[in-house]
Amino acid sequence: MAITSTVSADGNQVTIYIQGRFDFSSHQEFRAAYEKLPKTPTHFRVDLQGTSYLDSSALGMLLLLRDYAGGDKANIELVNCSADVKKILTISNFEQLFTIY
Amino acid sequence: MSESRSLTILVADDTDSDRLILETIVRKEGHRVISAKDGLEAVAAYEQERPDIVLLDALMPGLDGFGAARRIKELAGESLVPIIFLTSLTDTDSLVKCLDAGGDDFLSKPYNRVILQAKIKSFNRMREMHATMLAQRDQIARHNEQFLQEQAVAKQVFDNVAHSGCLDASNVRYYLSSLAIFNGDVMVAAMRPSGSMMVLLGDFTGHGLPAAIGAMPLAATFYGMVHKGFSMTDILREINGKLKTILPLGFFCCATMIDMNFEKRRMKVWNGGLPDCFIYRKDDLSIVPVRSTHLPLGVLPNKSFKDDCEHYELAVGDRFFMWSDGIHEARDSTGEMFGEERLRAVFERNRQPEKAFDEILGSVQEFIGGGEKNDDLSLLEIVMDEPHKVDSVARETIFRRYSSLAEWDMCFEIKPTSFHAFDPLPLLLNVLMEVPGLRNYSGTLYTIMAELYSNALEHGVLKLDSAMKDTPEGFTRYYQEREARLREVSAGYIRIHLQHSTSPGGGRLTIRVEDSGEGFDKSNCSAEGLSNSQYSGRGLALVDKLCDSVRYLGKGNEVEAVFSWVNDD
Repeated sequence: MAITSTVSADGNQVTIYIQGRFDFSSHQEFRAAYEKLPKTPTHFRVDLQGTSYLDSSALGMLLLLRDYAGGDKANIELVNCSADVKKILTISNFEQLFTIY
Repeated sequence: MSESRSLTILVADDTDSDRLILETIVRKEGHRVISAKDGLEAVAAYEQERPDIVLLDALMPGLDGFGAARRIKELAGESLVPIIFLTSLTDTDSLVKCLDAGGDDFLSKPYNRVILQAKIKSFNRMREMHATMLAQRDQIARHNEQFLQEQAVAKQVFDNVAHSGCLDASNVRYYLSSLAIFNGDVMVAAMRPSGSMMVLLGDFTGHGLPAAIGAMPLAATFYGMVHKGFSMTDILREINGKLKTILPLGFFCCATMIDMNFEKRRMKVWNGGLPDCFIYRKDDLSIVPVRSTHLPLGVLPNKSFKDDCEHYELAVGDRFFMWSDGIHEARDSTGEMFGEERLRAVFERNRQPEKAFDEILGSVQEFIGGGEKNDDLSLLEIVMDEPHKVDSVARETIFRRYSSLAEWDMCFEIKPTSFHAFDPLPLLLNVLMEVPGLRNYSGTLYTIMAELYSNALEHGVLKLDSAMKDTPEGFTRYYQEREARLREVSAGYIRIHLQHSTSPGGGRLTIRVEDSGEGFDKSNCSAEGLSNSQYSGRGLALVDKLCDSVRYLGKGNEVEAVFSWVNDD
């Protein structure tokens, strides 16, 4: 799995791309992608287009991101989810916590 | 320059003095001379020596120059032997007679040395040009023969790949005509392991070799995937992606693909860019057109590719017709096209559905008459039939060749030294993917397997406590600790037991994971785990939702999850 990220010019939005399996083995990379920015973004996007599988530790990591981004006030979008990924997110009721596309 | 080459020149003259003068002139030019005193000698000398140029006196005893010229030309066959007549005659009739006899030119006596030299040079150039032309002609002929041979072999390979499978099944009829030796159309048909039949008709842009090249990966992908039980949408996506990658911009494949299920009497159709296909109902002889609602294969990247299909209920005896635009665009001698109106008219006239196929072909061919076919003309008919009547031979051979896992079980044990270095999930998932029916659930199965394995490893073998993950720092510490313990683990095991059995219309996978730990109290990880927002405790609840049933065995160190699947159609 590889995690990459891009930040908008004004530093307000970060997009994190996750390739392959999304699980605990990528949690340091995942945290680094949003914690080590010069400015804390207000919008977070997690692009799951290249994500083949995810497990419950990935769900935990998404919740970590949510708390970091302000908990209930967090503005996080999970985009480009495949049917499989969407199913896992839905079963876990994540649509109540994130905006899922 | 060719002038510098020494030639062999035959000089035939019955007058000794004339011959001597001529021989001297020719020899001075550096050529070899062969002498003959009459026509017969000249012919014999020609046969023996095969000179490059012949100088013939017209009037000689015995066989005269005219007769000798005819014989020499005969003997020369295809190669050019310039014959120059030597004559003291000056009347028009005699000179014409020289040329009529096969002479190429004449030279009047007394000889003008300069003119003779010039003529020898000129005729030698002509002779060489002729020889070059003959050599090139022979080379082209050889190349062409080789090319045709190669094409014939390639066509055989192409036909084996592109027009094969179960096209000969009893419920399928097809017609293919080709503009070039290779057809721009591809027709493939195969039975799925579940017993339904998949058929694809494709029309590549262009004809001949460029179109045939695209057909190869299409057919290979089609057969590989159909036999393994992939769904129609998976196959279309795979073909689309492959064609998009390999075809140059502007090249694509208009195609219709169907999946006909004889058990359920249903059909799925995807039409991207081919003319309307027809469902021809047996009961009321009505036509249901199936329009193209998609872009052709190889146009869109897979990201934006649309794979939604039309679903139809069919009765036994209903027929599905598909065709390339070759039928619609067939032209008569005035250039008018056959068109859809005429095609519909064929169906309106039809009274016996089983004859519709021949009637379409007949009326297109009658329409074309002497006109030229300007596209590949392909026609396919697939009939909905009783499952047992669909050619069982085709089905059996496929099952023999492409047998897949159905009823099996396996046990896989991971020992301490492997925990750190080896992740068993990809391997086990690969095994599961050998079951055709499970392929559509790879994501779900991965999640189930990953949860069960992580639990056994982290709690059973490594004895980590999830409570640690209550804070962001704890979450990180948990996984650091996991890594550290993995490196040191020296005892314990995890056994993964997989068992699969089939049931009508689907199958059942039982996953049992047992670890060497002390077991745990499952009461603290109910489905409520999904509603709170803790960072952990979600795993088993997730498995619970994804599976039919989950139960704990022994002292809680063994968990059994059952996952059922049904055929996707």
